[in-house]
Amino acid sequence: MSDARLKWLLLPAALFVLAIYAWPTLGLFRNAFNETGPTGAMVETWSLKTTAEVLEDNFTFDLTLNSLWLSLSATLLALAMSYPVALFLFRTNSRFRGLLAVVAIMPMLISGVVRVFGWLAILGDRGLVNSLAQSFGLISAPMKLVFNWTGVTIGLAESIMPYMILALLAGFGQLDRTLEEASRSLGATPMRTFLRVTLPLSLPALALAAGLGFVLSMSAYITPKLLGGGRVFVLATEIFEQATTNTNWPMASVLAIYTLVLLLLLLVTSNLAARGLKR
Amino acid sequence: MNGAGRVLSSLAALVYALILAPIAIVVALAFSADNFILFPPSGYSLRWFRALSTHGPLLSALWLSVQIASVVTLLSLVIGVPAALALAKGRFSGRDALTNFFLAPLLLPTLITGLALLLFFTPLRLTATLPGLVLGHMTVTVPFVIRMMTTAFSTLPDDIEAAAATLGAKPWRVVRRVTLPLVTPGLIACAETVISLFLSGPRAATLPVEMVRYVEGRTDPLIAALSVVLIVATLIVVVIVERLVGIARAVGK
Repeated sequence: MSDARLKWLLLPAALFVLAIYAWPTLGLFRNAFNETGPTGAMVETWSLKTTAEVLEDNFTFDLTLNSLWLSLSATLLALAMSYPVALFLFRTNSRFRGLLAVVAIMPMLISGVVRVFGWLAILGDRGLVNSLAQSFGLISAPMKLVFNWTGVTIGLAESIMPYMILALLAGFGQLDRTLEEASRSLGATPMRTFLRVTLPLSLPALALAAGLGFVLSMSAYITPKLLGGGRVFVLATEIFEQATTNTNWPMASVLAIYTLVLLLLLLVTSNLAARGLKR
Repeated sequence: MNGAGRVLSSLAALVYALILAPIAIVVALAFSADNFILFPPSGYSLRWFRALSTHGPLLSALWLSVQIASVVTLLSLVIGVPAALALAKGRFSGRDALTNFFLAPLLLPTLITGLALLLFFTPLRLTATLPGLVLGHMTVTVPFVIRMMTTAFSTLPDDIEAAAATLGAKPWRVVRRVTLPLVTPGLIACAETVISLFLSGPRAATLPVEMVRYVEGRTDPLIAALSVVLIVATLIVVVIVERLVGIARAVGK
């Protein structure tokens, strides 16, 4: 087969991506210029009225802060937990390494709804943590750990961990064992070796993993929705509400594009940071 | 010095316990005899598995998801595999740009893709229909198949004739042993809950959507029983894939 004829094999996939992905995405941008009339019906036009409404609304500002704060706390929590696991998987010569890697990324393979349900059973009013704390007499009334920001942060951190572990493993490539051994043999304590050699060398990997975790958190919907119990409002939940419950498509489109721009800025920053740290 | 130090190993073990905790607790709850989520349960029974076997909405959602998953997998392979072959073996200008174009749908959050599809499908009356749900899921699976199969084809001899000779063997083994087991059950149980949420209606809800509705409305161990069924199915697939190819090799170092 010649290369020219080989090209025809691309046609079905190209048509599919154009028709079912590229065109609808353009449609989303087009919708952002429409308006919602007083009756709630959509008015087709080319105006920036909806954009102005969204940007001037204080609620958008609150949602942005909520999203950023939630993503930051979930990412830091997940990073603190992913780092030891990734470093362990990178170093271990156990013959169970393959199995341990699968277990580490298992949350990725299990439905988000199932994991949320598990967290309800652990953190709920009559869940594991509260019954343990009560039976030891640590607390008299159950602590509120779900249907609020605490629960969402924990659940979100767990859901982004597998991706961050994979990102860390990929970034550890330049972590040279011999440098650590040199440091140890020159008399540095394990703690000092970690702080002065291992940690600085893994900073680029940490920056990349953090960037990925942050982007995933910003666009997560299921966890804030279910573990937030209707009390946690972020950009993702608002986009879904506007699109389905309120059927305010122009508003949903503007919010979606606004979120995309935020994500792009964050990605560029985290890539620049990772590149800067490599030097 | 051995592979990982003692401190590091214990820290990792601690995190592993946290990763496994929600899953272990869901499994325990599935056998609960209580009417609500109480941990530890006051007694054990199989009542929630019995309740599951007669729960109409969840069963019909499961059936719909099975149908969608089979059609989506088949169509994604038909569309994706030829494209992957061309991308891996063809030497034409713009090949890198085309690869990026095909993988673009994996870059945007599914929340955005779901919204775009809702806006596009509603005037066409495709929301909450089998074709609409199939097309929606394919925005994720087609790029996924292309990425996986491009890698598989790239490892073949570069000479097209020689590659053709081994075509029957290697790539189809990848399809059989990696793509099919990873894509199909994933589609039934969890993949693209968000796209499903956008495109489902009261008459056509996929399994993840029905599960979200159930958890939003009530909190009893029924979903735990369903989760156990799904986890067991996922584990079987993971073990098979790990035995045959090695997930560790597929995902990392």
